[in-house]
Amino acid sequence: MELNQVLFDKEKVVELGEVKLKTEGVSLYYRNFQALRNISLEIPDRAITAIIGPSGCGKSSFLRLFNRMNDLIGGARVEGKVEFDDISIYEDAIDVVELRKKVGMVFQRPNPFPMSVFENIAFGPKRHGKKNRKEMEEIIERSLKQAALWDDVKDKLNQSALALSGGQQQRLCIARVLAVEPEVILMDEPCSALDPIATLKIEDLMRELSQDYTIIIVTHNMQQAARVSDISAFFMMEEDRAGILVEKGLTSEIFTNPKDKRTEDYITGRFG
Amino acid sequence: MEMRTNFHKKMRGIQDEIMVLGNMAEVAISQSVDALKNRNLILAHQIINDDIKINRKRYEIEEKCTQLIATQQPMASDLRTMICVLNIITELERIGDYAEGIAKIVIMIGDEPPLKPLIDIPRMADKIIQMLRQSLDAFVQRNAEAAIQVVDEDDEIDNLYNQVFRELLTFMIEDPRTITRATRLIWVAHNLERSADRVTNICERIVFIVTGKMQEIGASNY
Repeated sequence: MELNQVLFDKEKVVELGEVKLKTEGVSLYYRNFQALRNISLEIPDRAITAIIGPSGCGKSSFLRLFNRMNDLIGGARVEGKVEFDDISIYEDAIDVVELRKKVGMVFQRPNPFPMSVFENIAFGPKRHGKKNRKEMEEIIERSLKQAALWDDVKDKLNQSALALSGGQQQRLCIARVLAVEPEVILMDEPCSALDPIATLKIEDLMRELSQDYTIIIVTHNMQQAARVSDISAFFMMEEDRAGILVEKGLTSEIFTNPKDKRTEDYITGRFG
Repeated sequence: MEMRTNFHKKMRGIQDEIMVLGNMAEVAISQSVDALKNRNLILAHQIINDDIKINRKRYEIEEKCTQLIATQQPMASDLRTMICVLNIITELERIGDYAEGIAKIVIMIGDEPPLKPLIDIPRMADKIIQMLRQSLDAFVQRNAEAAIQVVDEDDEIDNLYNQVFRELLTFMIEDPRTITRATRLIWVAHNLERSADRVTNICERIVFIVTGKMQEIGASNY
């Protein structure tokens, strides 16, 4: 008997933005060791893309391609194309400082500078030439509001950032990124050092920010990837430990009906 | 390497319990038609009592699923399986209700003289039991083709139901005094026909577990 029509088609209800970042056949080497093999992935604008996969599969290395952080590691070499708004970012003419202003990054452990809340946020804009006090105050209020931290810290802007709670410190780091008006935010395990409540606050914040920014998150926590992201990409290691992209797709599909057996096995906990 | 041993062991436990529930529904259908054939009112009352056990078993499984979903956050095929298990147990419980319905009709008929020897109604019951077994086998094996095959067999149930209906209609036209008895047998056949539809629903869920696509596979004519 023939199968009648599919009753419900998820893919029709999700619309994604333009491609903001793109890798095409990218391989990454640290000297002789190949960390990534032939990765082609498009990252949509104003959406959250989650990179998931077992430890050591190159998720963080992949993330650091986009702000050229791998350049800081001796012997790192990139093959293939990495594009930001259709511009190849591994050209000599690219101003890396300007690139890192547009592509901000939040790390695993909150890493505020040992200075006041105000100075933490002002640090980036100052380096990029903003001097006017009035303008700076506006930037600080806007960034802290965007990072959902304003109400917590508005009365203690001059106190040390190190006195804030872990969750507040991480939101401060997000505010610090937002202060230089980036277009992309890279997040490398942003909640792994936080308690569950602080984690949910960051996740809510990410959903808010995804209306205006392109976000890529690397996470070990699959429930987190499932909760916050629009797109998921599953990486794993080949036998020589090089990371490959196994499957990418709508998060709603990847976590309910992945196409590749390896993805299925990983997210259902049948290997890890 | 199996990473979530405890979780998957519990899922297999739930699967075993579905087999138990399926068997209870199967026995209920089989006994209900036996009770009708043999005018066995004691058996009819027993079926009605046993339906409580079927309902209880269903909620027991539902509770275990809820616990597993809350504590283990199943993903992908595990998630689809849990969701479908919740549907499948509802369908099985409803099959039990149809058997109970037939038992109530048996009690209503009481010791009225039989209208005719029963031929097609027991055939319907046998066919349903066969379909139910095949559907649960398909579930255990995660075999979508086998599940679709079972749905195809529902045509046979529809044909038998038609036949029963036409035959009883003829009785009623020829002799209006048979109307009460004939109508009760039509109710029985209708209960069986609905049970078969529940089996086809189970099969659609099995296809969903395997493929991730919710499809209506050949709707019944009734």
